[in-house]
Amino acid sequence: MQDILFYIFAALTLFFGFLVVANPFSRNPVTSAMFLVLTIASLAGLFVLLNAFFLAAVQILVYAGAVMVLFLFVIMLMDIKEEERRRFKKFGVAMGLAAVAGLFGIVAKTITESGVGAGLKPAFEGDTKTLGTALFSSGQFLLPFEIVSILLLVAMVGVILLSKKDLK
Amino acid sequence: MNVGLEHYLLVSAALFSLGLLGVIMRRNLLVIYMSLELMLNAANLALVAFSRFNNNLDGQVMVFFIITVAAAEVSVGLALIVALYRKRASAHVEDLTTMKL
Repeated sequence: MQDILFYIFAALTLFFGFLVVANPFSRNPVTSAMFLVLTIASLAGLFVLLNAFFLAAVQILVYAGAVMVLFLFVIMLMDIKEEERRRFKKFGVAMGLAAVAGLFGIVAKTITESGVGAGLKPAFEGDTKTLGTALFSSGQFLLPFEIVSILLLVAMVGVILLSKKDLK
Repeated sequence: MNVGLEHYLLVSAALFSLGLLGVIMRRNLLVIYMSLELMLNAANLALVAFSRFNNNLDGQVMVFFIITVAAAEVSVGLALIVALYRKRASAHVEDLTTMKL
């Protein structure tokens, strides 16, 4: 059952991911954003299959919720008619496809030939309680946690500064 | 056939490749930015899979931090794009050639 679910979610993730990048029917950034939401939701399904329940919830809340709403707000500020009139450059697409296919070939061959997962069983139960204990009680990740909160503050101040009308 | 670590890593690699393809191929700054998010998510998937199969929690904690940093990164990046759009009235990389010699 879990294996079937893995194949379903993996296929959905890659399908929607492809539609984000190269939708044959629409070049509208809003369509890309909507398919990115679906990609992220399918990825959350994969996280659930990996027993990372908390991360699946955070993925939906933060990515599909907050980040994508931000994206859509910014898209609304712009002129999206412009995008649909432009064509892809054939040479650029061909070179991009070649480069990406080469990279994927190398990585995929490395993964399959190296036997990286040989003999490893999916043993780990990463539920929310264990994750919370590791984050806050072990002391190992307390400093990174505080630094991340400072990073968020800095990002907030930076965004306010950048959004001012008369940007120097 | 049982689903193992390799399967998750292959999905992750394919998703990363799709993101990279988007960054190379698309010419709209916003769509390039979405492709970047796709690549970040591919890395997250690989980390969670490693965490599960190696019986180690550090991967999941790492993903937690990556999601937080990505949220901060998106807010700053989109503010930059909006500021750029105000000056140039375009979010197209081909129109942004000020630094070209």
